[in-house]
Amino acid sequence: MDATVPPNPFDELLKEAQHLSGDDTREQIVSAIFQTSQAICKETVTYTKQEKLHETEKLDRIFTSKIWGFPIMLAMLAVVIYITIAGANVPSSLLAEFFGWLEGYITLAFEKMHAPEWLYGILVLGLYRGTTWVVSVMLPPMAIFFPIFALLENYGYLPRVAFNMDRLFKKSGAHGKQSLTMAMGFGCNAAAIMSTRIIESPRERMLAILTNNFVPCNGRWPTLILLASLFMAAGYTGGWKTLMTASVVVAMVVFGIVVTLTVSWVLSKTALRGVPTHYTLELPPYRRPKIWDTIVRSTLDKSVYVLKRAVTVAAPAGVLTWVLANIHIGDTTVLAYIAHLLDPFARQLGLDGYILMAFILGLPANEIVLPILLMGYLSTGALTEVDGLRSLKQIFIDHGWTWLTALNMMLFSLLHYPCGTTLINIYKETKSKKWTFVAFALPTGIAIAVTFTTAHIAQWLRFI
Amino acid sequence: MTNNHEYTIALAGNPNTGKSTLFNVLTGLRQHTGNWPGKTVVHAEGFFTYKDEQYRIIDLPGTYSLYSNSADEEVARDFIIFAKPDVTLVVLDATALERNLNLALQVLEMTDRVIVCLNLMDEAKKKGIIIDIAKLSKKLGVPVVPISARNKEGIDELLETIARMVHGEIQTKPTKISYSRTIEEKIAKLLPLVKEVIGDEYPARWIALRLLDGDTSLLHALQSQPHHLLKGGAHYGCHCSAKSI
Repeated sequence: MDATVPPNPFDELLKEAQHLSGDDTREQIVSAIFQTSQAICKETVTYTKQEKLHETEKLDRIFTSKIWGFPIMLAMLAVVIYITIAGANVPSSLLAEFFGWLEGYITLAFEKMHAPEWLYGILVLGLYRGTTWVVSVMLPPMAIFFPIFALLENYGYLPRVAFNMDRLFKKSGAHGKQSLTMAMGFGCNAAAIMSTRIIESPRERMLAILTNNFVPCNGRWPTLILLASLFMAAGYTGGWKTLMTASVVVAMVVFGIVVTLTVSWVLSKTALRGVPTHYTLELPPYRRPKIWDTIVRSTLDKSVYVLKRAVTVAAPAGVLTWVLANIHIGDTTVLAYIAHLLDPFARQLGLDGYILMAFILGLPANEIVLPILLMGYLSTGALTEVDGLRSLKQIFIDHGWTWLTALNMMLFSLLHYPCGTTLINIYKETKSKKWTFVAFALPTGIAIAVTFTTAHIAQWLRFI
Repeated sequence: MTNNHEYTIALAGNPNTGKSTLFNVLTGLRQHTGNWPGKTVVHAEGFFTYKDEQYRIIDLPGTYSLYSNSADEEVARDFIIFAKPDVTLVVLDATALERNLNLALQVLEMTDRVIVCLNLMDEAKKKGIIIDIAKLSKKLGVPVVPISARNKEGIDELLETIARMVHGEIQTKPTKISYSRTIEEKIAKLLPLVKEVIGDEYPARWIALRLLDGDTSLLHALQSQPHHLLKGGAHYGCHCSAKSI
């Protein structure tokens, strides 16, 4: 360094300020501001309807009550999922039938043009079938689920969920605001990682980042709902069947929250030790949402967003899967080869090689895990044409699925590593390769441990 | 830079006051909004034209204070101080004015180009809350415009007020918070030094206050600004560039 460096004026200023500053400076500043606000309001605001002011408090006494808070929360979730499942079946089948009908004409057109077999394979059997599957399987539940969710959000119920959860988070050594970022994760984990910025302390922020993945996002809701409705209520019919299915999905969400709290607790006792900071969670007033605006916007924005992501990733993935399924090594295809390779390990988790491969190829976006799996299964030539949910279940059963396979796939989907976008955001926010790796490895480890346990317990108890 | 001058508007306010809704109304964009504090953590940018003039509008993260307690508060604070928007629009929830005013008062310490926007007037009316707009405006020393962003009410008046402010047709006299005697004495002691080091480029009284509060991140942010902006910075700047050769 240069010996003639003039003293940095900034440092001097800082030193002087520190010298002058007292312990209660912040307190004095804040109270002066509060007093000014109060004085201004006293002169400018008049309240004419005292009873109206307490409406929010009255509702909050119910929604955030110690006794009723949690039951209401679970009931709401169950109702939302019930409506989604009950409403999605018919349009899903209709869409699948429509795309199947269209495929017939496309096939005719290809035959007329004398298109080569491989081109037909890539474009129709790979690309077209892959993308139309995503649309028919995912669009109806999304178009029902997202608007209802958005209505609850805009009404102001979601912050009450956070409020109810707040105590649990504090007990697990995390920041109460983590309940907010977790609730955000129900929409999109990648966005929720950004929202952890509202947590001041780096330690607590890291907890929120590492555990955000344990709540299902837009990309995983369809998988959970679909698998639950296909496999989890086999012995029931009609409304009971839907109710059972909804309960299973609710149980999944609750389990995800339990894992979130447990992992937070363990981390806050070990790698991220510390005491939770105190803060006050503000509850916004209940506001009647603009119902049509909300429905239209969330259907268009969210559903189309998720679908676009699924289709843009699923389309190339469909092509890739088809190519892999049609390139032969010896007497087996590359796809079958990889699936076969993964199979022994996957069996230990109650899955199969194709499912695990779908999760691996699905790293860029959770939306495409199910489509890739279907393409993988279809490429083995088990079925030539598919219509509706019934035949969808048949595909799974033909590949040896039981309710346990479905349960383990749901668990793995709920707990496994975050999607590529989320991982990129985690790296951007933490600027640490180490923590990004932890954010990848920790959930993956838990997903493997949990599915391994369920698979083996079920076998041991001879459930299967 | 284009030939046409473009005015910059910053949207500040507590979380969940409808800033994003207002942002969408003004820009015609459809940023996701929700009844949900903390929805916006990174600032969003949009554009609109009013009376043939271009405006750039920045939706800052919603915060309760600008004391840089967290990353989002720092984003909001830095934008108001360093980007020097032509107008800072402080959006307040009319149904919770007292709590919301705290942030408005903090912004008024940072800049005098402020318009206070009372949002959710429809809600306030339903709840029987009556606000004396003229008196509030006089108390704060800046224009106060009542609106209901989601019903698109009051937007014309707001745009007109913005236009008049950027053209210098509105003189503001932001209210000054008087602190306790000890704090005021300390500010008085620190103020000459702040002016010497920082110059007139930034609000000296506010900076002195932040420094007394132990806000070091602000000083770091100030230090990393282009040096020619700072009084007496030329020498310091030369030294830096010499070192880097």
